[in-house]
Amino acid sequence: MTDTIIFVLAGAFATATPLLLAAIGEAVAEKAGVMNLSVEGMMAFAAAVAFAVTYQTGNIVLGFGLAVGASVALSLVFSILVLGFSANQIVSGLAVGILGLGLSSLAGRSFENLTMMAPANLSLPVLSDLPLVGPILFRQSAITYFAFAVAFLTWWFLAKTRHGRITKVVGEDPAIAHNLGFAVIRIRLFAIIFGAVMSGLGGAYASTILTPGWSDGLIAGRGWIAVALVVFGTWRPLRIAFGAYLFGALLLGDLAVQAMGFSVPPQIMTSLPYVMTIIVLAAVSRNALLIRLNAPVSLGQNFQPSK
Amino acid sequence: MKTKAGESPLLLQLRNITKRYGTYVANDSVDLALEHGQICAILGENGAGKSTLMKTIYGIQQPDEGEIVWNGEKVAVTSPSVARDLGIGMVFQHFSLFETISVVENISLTVPGSLPDLAEIIRQKADEYGLHVNPDAPVHGLSVGERQRVEIIRCLMQDPKLLILDEPTSVLPPHSVQQLFGTLRKLSERGVAMLYISHKLEEIRDLCHCAVVLRQGRVTGTANPRQATSAELARLMIGQDIPTARHAEAKPSCEPALTVSDLTYENPDPLGESLDSVSMAVRPGEIVGIAGVSGNGQSTLARILSGEIRLQGHMAGRIQVFDHPVGDAPPGTRRQMGVTFVPEERLGRATVPTMSLADNVLLTAHGAGLVRKGLIRRRQQADFADKCISAMDVRSRGRQSIASSLSGGNLQKFVLGREILLKPRILIVSQPTWGIDVGAAAMVRQKLVDLRDTGTAILMISEELEEIFEISDRIHVMYHGRLSPSVQARSVTAEDVGRMMMGEFDQKMRAA
Repeated sequence: MTDTIIFVLAGAFATATPLLLAAIGEAVAEKAGVMNLSVEGMMAFAAAVAFAVTYQTGNIVLGFGLAVGASVALSLVFSILVLGFSANQIVSGLAVGILGLGLSSLAGRSFENLTMMAPANLSLPVLSDLPLVGPILFRQSAITYFAFAVAFLTWWFLAKTRHGRITKVVGEDPAIAHNLGFAVIRIRLFAIIFGAVMSGLGGAYASTILTPGWSDGLIAGRGWIAVALVVFGTWRPLRIAFGAYLFGALLLGDLAVQAMGFSVPPQIMTSLPYVMTIIVLAAVSRNALLIRLNAPVSLGQNFQPSK
Repeated sequence: MKTKAGESPLLLQLRNITKRYGTYVANDSVDLALEHGQICAILGENGAGKSTLMKTIYGIQQPDEGEIVWNGEKVAVTSPSVARDLGIGMVFQHFSLFETISVVENISLTVPGSLPDLAEIIRQKADEYGLHVNPDAPVHGLSVGERQRVEIIRCLMQDPKLLILDEPTSVLPPHSVQQLFGTLRKLSERGVAMLYISHKLEEIRDLCHCAVVLRQGRVTGTANPRQATSAELARLMIGQDIPTARHAEAKPSCEPALTVSDLTYENPDPLGESLDSVSMAVRPGEIVGIAGVSGNGQSTLARILSGEIRLQGHMAGRIQVFDHPVGDAPPGTRRQMGVTFVPEERLGRATVPTMSLADNVLLTAHGAGLVRKGLIRRRQQADFADKCISAMDVRSRGRQSIASSLSGGNLQKFVLGREILLKPRILIVSQPTWGIDVGAAAMVRQKLVDLRDTGTAILMISEELEEIFEISDRIHVMYHGRLSPSVQARSVTAEDVGRMMMGEFDQKMRAA
């Protein structure tokens, strides 16, 4: 029983990591008023590139680096469409996302169904050997710690820093921000690129550390879950982190329950993580005023400064 | 006036400023000179190029030709932050505050310093100039007057030498206007120069040292506002005398056309405006004006009356049209009963911006014989549009003009004409002359009075107090979602209504 609990609570951090990275990135882009729906495609392309590079060179850092590059390249296509030509954000995001999925199949074609060894998780002296707490909290991948640190730093950035406030107000009213002298397009570009870096890291983590192997469709909707987490976490990084962890825990809990041989229809069990995460996040974030204050008002609306 | 040695007596000079948008010339070789501490009015109708000129000085846009000389040196104001560094501050007509953050956070966007330090400076400036605001208050909870104080304080914190004010009083109740003028005079005595955009001539005569008149992008004259009469200034501004609406005593019948009784509405949007037991009646043949600073519930009331917000079934009786409950009826049903609406947003709510005038006619007039068996009758449609255009003197390139290509005034005339041609029994109109020039505004008001005389019940929501007085027969005031009892327009003064706009009609509020 203890083993099962450790399996669920420790594994949830790992399962949550790619979701959290991608969701935090998307949250920042949306805070600046840009709805980038290509998260799934960016993650998939990055995952394929990360696996291919790491498999061939054995250098996981290089794999992550090129994965982020691939994701950012996709986001630049999106940026040119949306920021340069004021194209509809939803349609551009979907199109670039489909492009990313296609590129991931192409990049991963000769690596289909290959696997490799995941790098060992961190092992900290003393801490990792603590009973219960050790395996849950202190034997995770460095990327996992990074993901939760990014969530915290993003919260701090948006809530406490001047640049964070500027990002936020560009998403509230780009016209006023422009009148005050802020470079709306440049700020939105940075936000989109930050989102792409995070999606790239999330995708790379999924194919090299979480399930080190490649098969087409490996990302399996994680990008969409990340987009949903942003909304149900009401654009607040700490809520999003909580939501990602909850989702991971429910996903693994579901596996654990099935392994114990309870006779629950599998359809119900499989849908449970999705349903429960939505219910819980909707319940903790039901304060209408807080939603109104955190939701980016100009989300999805393009802005072009007049010359 | 203190002038340091070597400093030019002139603070700002504009030489030959020209700004074009495509073929349209917004500013045509504009020259202007401003001394330290001088308050100069920029007069002109809408579209005369006032805002364009101010945006150029504040660096939001760049001139195509001409130069800006600041303290004797030629400067390129390439962005608002350059302007702020020079010492130019701007208070925008529609404010440039973000609602979701606090006062001090807003100010921190453009003024360097930590939040606690800034909050302290805000308190100091607030005391110094009598501009009371709480630095930690979230902006969404502030009244327009408070928001404007925040804007002014933000400018003052940058120690400006020039302050640009774009129609600063258009949203203020009369009492706050005097307070604002006190602050501005104090600043002027300390050497801060001001460019003051307005079309309220009495205010300009009260406050400004000089006046520059713009018409069609050019400087057409200058005047000393202390000596010129309002009529003289007006003539400079539009090139002719302004007609005022002919306004005979109303002869309303006794049976109300539109009745609202004890209407309470909790807005589901936490930042939206709610209503608190609103009651009123509008009779055929009278114009009832609802005054009040906008944001006090007027837009919610307008949407509930039009049916854009529908009440729950059991509340249907709170709104009655000729004794029929309509509170839960959709807008189409209400229109069939002879109720028409002119909303405040002309583009996007009253018309489809990308469609022609002829097609926009169909939006509300489809029931007037323009459609048969679901098919559009093109000739009737064209006739209706032409009739509307000629009756209202809509200046456009005919019925095929795209709605968004018309100026605000002409589009408003078109929208009002469309509704008048439907011969409404009740007309509900919001901000009928918002942002349109004096000539068009005068015509719109006259048409409303004419419509009243044909026996239509008219409800007009407006934040222009002069307009309310000019054509209303009875006046209500809205404040914090509550509606005052009505007063007769002919027996009440602007000061009385001004006090009501601050909430002084309400026993409950006075007690609180």
